[in-house]
Amino acid sequence: MSATGTIIQTYESLKKAAVGKVEALKQKPLVLVGTATCGRAAGALNVLQTFRNEISCRNLDVEVKEVGCIGHCYAEPVVIIAKPGFPALCYGSVDEGMAGRLVVDFLINDDPCYEFAMAALEPNDQFPTFADFPRGVYEKKIILADCGLIDPEDIDHYLAHDGYAALAKALTMDPAEVLEEIKNSKLRGRGGAGFPTGLKWEACRNASGNQKYVICNADEGDPGAFMDRAILESNPHQVLEGLIIAAYTVGAGQGYIYVRAEYPLAVARIRTALEQAREKRLLGESILGSNFNFDIKIFQGSGAFVCGEETSLIASIEGFAGVPNHRPPYPAQAGLHRKPTVINNVKTLSYVPHIIRNGSGWFKSIGTPDSPGTAVFALAGKVVSTGLAEVPMGTTLRTLVYDVGNGIKEDKPFKAVQIGGPSGGCLPESALDLSIDFDSLQQAGAMMGSGGLVVLDEDDCMVEIARFFLDFTQKESCGKCTFCRLGTKQMLDILTEITEGRGKPEDIDLLWELAEDIKAGSLCGLGKTAPNPVLTTIRYFRHEYEAHIQEGRCPALMCKELISYAIIPEKCSKLCNVCIGSCPVEAIYTRDDMLKAIYLDKCVKCNSCMVACPPQYKAVVKVSPPIVEKGGS
Amino acid sequence: MELQGGEAEMIYAEVEGVLQRHGLEREKLIPILQDVQSKLGYLPKEAMQQISEALRIPEVDVYSVGTFYNQFRLNPPGKHQIKVCMGTACHMMGGHIILESFERRLGIKEGETTPDREFSLERVACVGCCALAPVVVVDEKVEAKVSPIRVDGILLAFEIESKKSGEIEKLVEEEGRTQ
Repeated sequence: MSATGTIIQTYESLKKAAVGKVEALKQKPLVLVGTATCGRAAGALNVLQTFRNEISCRNLDVEVKEVGCIGHCYAEPVVIIAKPGFPALCYGSVDEGMAGRLVVDFLINDDPCYEFAMAALEPNDQFPTFADFPRGVYEKKIILADCGLIDPEDIDHYLAHDGYAALAKALTMDPAEVLEEIKNSKLRGRGGAGFPTGLKWEACRNASGNQKYVICNADEGDPGAFMDRAILESNPHQVLEGLIIAAYTVGAGQGYIYVRAEYPLAVARIRTALEQAREKRLLGESILGSNFNFDIKIFQGSGAFVCGEETSLIASIEGFAGVPNHRPPYPAQAGLHRKPTVINNVKTLSYVPHIIRNGSGWFKSIGTPDSPGTAVFALAGKVVSTGLAEVPMGTTLRTLVYDVGNGIKEDKPFKAVQIGGPSGGCLPESALDLSIDFDSLQQAGAMMGSGGLVVLDEDDCMVEIARFFLDFTQKESCGKCTFCRLGTKQMLDILTEITEGRGKPEDIDLLWELAEDIKAGSLCGLGKTAPNPVLTTIRYFRHEYEAHIQEGRCPALMCKELISYAIIPEKCSKLCNVCIGSCPVEAIYTRDDMLKAIYLDKCVKCNSCMVACPPQYKAVVKVSPPIVEKGGS
Repeated sequence: MELQGGEAEMIYAEVEGVLQRHGLEREKLIPILQDVQSKLGYLPKEAMQQISEALRIPEVDVYSVGTFYNQFRLNPPGKHQIKVCMGTACHMMGGHIILESFERRLGIKEGETTPDREFSLERVACVGCCALAPVVVVDEKVEAKVSPIRVDGILLAFEIESKKSGEIEKLVEEEGRTQ
């Protein structure tokens, strides 16, 4: 029999067994509890335990499984129940009490508790699906499609969802054909810069030498992005499949997954996935019966943002401090141990199986001509529906914030989005109709980055945001280039002075000048993009800088040195003492007339009283510039 | 930092075990340091010297790697480790207020350990739970949407627990005496 025949036959038998196993699961009720890190933070493990206890003490024949993240983080913990005869239903914000009720009412008594349900998973005549909500209309899930629906710790679930079909198909093709397909798809790297993946692979494939490496970059250091973690925790095999195909295309024998040590659950789930793939001969010697050998090691990064840079990441794997090197030579020519190396982001690799399976034409039909495919965003900040969203490239920011994210919390006015993390920038309301793709974001001064998208409202100070990111990049600068090492420190000092009310009128121009110099004088992406948050905030929110410097006022009432808390006597009630109890430092006292007031010298500005003050009074306010005289007198 | 009696031998044995498991190539330096830290809780000077000798690389190289990465610490941690997330989303939702609350309650600054070695306080860049900001990781358990009041609650829980275990010890002791 031909080699092609062996590969297809081996794959088909694996798939058949997997489908059989998954079909058997569908015969009885199935409870899926999302236990990715974000679910666990919201208490998913307690919910899981409740389901297990209730089901076992009632002797029910129900399967309970842990799955990853479905992307609706605002509704964690999320539970999916599939009971034969009913549409599979998704429940949000499940607690132990609701879990107990679902067991009794739904699993025993056939009442699906529609009042708790968020949506159904597939179309039916009883309950709307996710696609019936605005978010579902605008979303287009490719790499997140199976996340939260399949068991990440069981390879058979992935196999039953057409997993590894792309690998089997690729192995029957010539590596050059696979490369051609990826090049045709115009897939661009999702790590931030958007470099065409096909060209990277081609350079590595054409480089001389037998020993080559492929590396999956899962060093997601951007504070505010968590999609790589979610994908690795929810569907690790998708990434492995992409990495194996990359290795086959460029001719690599060894792969690495460079993952942050701060993501212990992701590390554990990749480890399980690797073991299971080896067992099924999808990894290791003669994969699927072909003559292709390849294996993957996990390398745990130790927390350095700069290691997202290719050359630093390589230095880190070699056992050195993660300091970047000059390029060229590019890693594709001389990378790990000076051998040709391809480094791709988690998301980039996740697209690869889909492109091979469905063809480059299909991929190009989604998104814009120059940035095909989808973009995955981690929506956070002041947006109602926080979580992971996958939308076609070219979607506008307005759609993303208002339709997918359901608008701003408490209906406050929109101020800006921070897109792309420390390398990106803040875009104002006038940029809301900007289409999201690599090039248009760059023109606006921001960057796709890794896809963190933090929505800001009127309570967020733009100078403070810029200071926050500079503080981050300044700490994470590796120190190699003088401009980055010292320049970011200078910028941080100036910004700190401004937020503390000691800014000088010439500071804004000085910041701009420093920013230009740092961009020009830095070797790697960290330094080249570090000034972006400052540049964009000056460009779009110069008036806020001026208010801080000239009036000693923080318009967003956020910079602590420039505000003070006060209680409005006309609004305060003699009958209420809530604020006094809430204050951690006993800075609130009762006046002779029984109204409350604040000792300004004791107040630590922790905001507790403002949160505690009952909504019918709303007597606690922040004022800027700060009150100078002593409170209560 | 002065080591207590027997500590030096314990460190030596643990590091020796880690070195044997990993082998002595330069590429293994970071995994070795990670393992030593997970066993000992930090990287003692003695351990770094032992690693440099075994791997035949200068001490300064080990030190440079140990201080470059945020994960490594050179001082022993507290019994309970509190990590306050300082990612973008957490910062905007008041992460700095939470950090200050811990600093105030524990009487230490970030990066320090309380004198009784009960708690250590750190800031972390991002734990990837941005949708549930502000987030605090207490001994591997992720606490979501933390408020200054919750800070008191977290510390109170430890206080009650240590009181309880103290009482149980006392009871056991008394029981032993009566028998």
